[in-house]
Amino acid sequence: MAFLDRTARSLVLGELVAGMALTLRYFFKPKVTINYPYEKGPISPRFKGEHALRRYPNGEERCIACKLCEAICPAQAITIEAEPRDDGSRRTTRYDIDMTKCIYCGLCEEACPVDAIVEGPNFEFATETREELMYNKDKLLANGDRWEPELARRLELDAPYR
Amino acid sequence: MYDFFHNTDTGIVLLTFIEALALLVPLLIGVAYLTYAERKVLAAMQLRKGPNVVGPFGLAQPFADALKMLMKETIIPSGSNRLLFLMGPMLTFMLAMLAWAVIPVNDGWAIADINVGILYLFAISSLGVYGIIIAGWASNSKYAFLGALRSAAQMVSYEVSMGFVLVTVLLCVGSLNLTAIVKAQQTVWFCLPLFPMFVVFFISTLAETNRSPFDLPEGESEIVAGFFVEYSSMSFALFFLGEYANMILMSALTTILFLGGWLAPFNMEPFTWIPGVVWFVLKICVVLFFFLWTRATFPRYRYDQLMRLGWKVFLPLSLVWLVLTAGVLMAFGWLPNA
Amino acid sequence: MITAILFYLFAAILLGSAAMVVGSRNPVHSVLFLILAFFNAAALFLIAGAEFLAMILVIVYVGAVAVLFLFVVMMLDVDFEDLRKGVQRYWIAGATVGAVLFAELAAVLGGWKLAPSAGQLRMSPVPSGVSNTVALGRILYTDYVFLFQTAGLILMVAMIGAIVLTLRDRKTSRHQNIRTQTERSVSETLQMMSLSIGAGTTASGGYLRPKEPEPEPADAHGGHGHDDHGGHGHGHH
Repeated sequence: MAFLDRTARSLVLGELVAGMALTLRYFFKPKVTINYPYEKGPISPRFKGEHALRRYPNGEERCIACKLCEAICPAQAITIEAEPRDDGSRRTTRYDIDMTKCIYCGLCEEACPVDAIVEGPNFEFATETREELMYNKDKLLANGDRWEPELARRLELDAPYR
Repeated sequence: MYDFFHNTDTGIVLLTFIEALALLVPLLIGVAYLTYAERKVLAAMQLRKGPNVVGPFGLAQPFADALKMLMKETIIPSGSNRLLFLMGPMLTFMLAMLAWAVIPVNDGWAIADINVGILYLFAISSLGVYGIIIAGWASNSKYAFLGALRSAAQMVSYEVSMGFVLVTVLLCVGSLNLTAIVKAQQTVWFCLPLFPMFVVFFISTLAETNRSPFDLPEGESEIVAGFFVEYSSMSFALFFLGEYANMILMSALTTILFLGGWLAPFNMEPFTWIPGVVWFVLKICVVLFFFLWTRATFPRYRYDQLMRLGWKVFLPLSLVWLVLTAGVLMAFGWLPNA
Repeated sequence: MITAILFYLFAAILLGSAAMVVGSRNPVHSVLFLILAFFNAAALFLIAGAEFLAMILVIVYVGAVAVLFLFVVMMLDVDFEDLRKGVQRYWIAGATVGAVLFAELAAVLGGWKLAPSAGQLRMSPVPSGVSNTVALGRILYTDYVFLFQTAGLILMVAMIGAIVLTLRDRKTSRHQNIRTQTERSVSETLQMMSLSIGAGTTASGGYLRPKEPEPEPADAHGGHGHDDHGGHGHGHH
């Protein structure tokens, strides 16, 4: 009897029909696709995107050329050279990030004692040539100027957890 | 005018040519939109939207794809057999087009309404395996070769039960002519009395066209792309077109054999206003939707299960149903007099 | 006129490809030429008005038999160059045998008289009024039904014989019984247990195990995948 029951069950393809009913139900469900360049998904304040070098509100650059980020960078993507500025303060003369090496681990951000180097919310920085991805100090500072309000807000939001 | 097209040699050749164009151009556009429909249906069943950027609702997507294919470089592997390598996709494509010669799209609308239409279709579809085998062998690549062997074994296996299903239908019709097969379904479509055969036939067509869940010849996860690993650009596109045209062909065959071809579902007023071609195309679309639906639903078969299904399930089942049909027809005196 | 041209075209391709079957160096090319030959033969059938035979030729020979040929030839990787090595030494013996066979064939064909009505029969294999499918069916299934069935029976015996001779059920072979696999139900395999926190540790008396299944009759163990059950003929042990 059990044999007949099972044979009959397999012959009417109940399981296949159940599976197809499921996919048909999904066929009519509302779709979850977002219309990407015009709509974007939410991004966490900890999102690790494109790098930026920040400034103090008075316009002075934060980076003190301690080279902690260069030391900790696991991909060795950061190159820093430094010498005293005319006013005697220690500043970088060169701050390069090779974005093709960077693994976006965020350790530079963690290591920085003055919150100078940060990874911002921007992930749309694709370029047409490789050279454009070799960021120098000017590019990084420009990024910082461009994203500063957003960067400050992110740091503030994440501060309670640090 | 009529005289020219029906009674002079040039006229007949010209007429056939025009008829072929009138069939093949819509067919190729249909193939293009089948790829679009496939992407849309799969997307919908996976809660996505599918192509929607090129043109309104992404309707120009197939043409963008075709352009992309055309722009690419045709790569012929150095170890391959050049002639056969190029012959494979051409053969697949040609056979997929060739079969349409006998398909009656409406009453009397077949390019060649031959006596043995169904056998012709069966012969052409059994030749389809050559394009794949030749491609797989000529690429001189392991994956391609494995794919070719798989598809050869698979298509030969499923053709057997498909043959029995065809014979079952032929028993009920008493003719090998496709138009006669459709006309025999005036009262009831064969998918109702022969429902198990309908299911067997549909699943066999899935196997015959190498569609999921029987897409082992190209099984991406095991043998990369199977018999067309080495193909690129237009040679790849020809394979692609051929496969999709074959899907449409098999749907057309299913429609003719089981869903009453161009006949309206009910033989009464509002339904018969719509011309037969429209019904035919609509039915093909429904069958094609089933093709896509199964792809969205079922995972790929394991090879031994595939062989088991073909030889140990479908073959006995179709044989039993064949004998049963013959017996019933005989007992009730319903045999069509040939 | 057109028919004659087509006939000679197909016949020429047929002969040419048949010669290439023997002549080509690559065995796969040989099989492909064989397929071409089948095709042209089918075309000749079509010209002669025997469309059923033509289609059957394509379905059976091209669609199935030649696929298997191709399959085997591709798989085997036979070195045909190696097989041809002795041609220089043995060609005299080979040629002699060939010549004798050819002479015998010529003798047989030379003494063959055609029936006086063969001329009219030649191009009309179809009796008037029915299609050639019907005509073939009548001959096979009505006139010569018993002979036909006997032929089928002999073929079946040959097939069974071939299977019996070649099928070995090795003791070491492993196969799965798909039936038992698919018939497993959730209730048979899965036991849901509600455990309080810490109930599974050694401190609280060791790990809880699902209930031992009752011992089943020895024969019911068919599908555990690794035994040789489900084989042919000696399932009971």
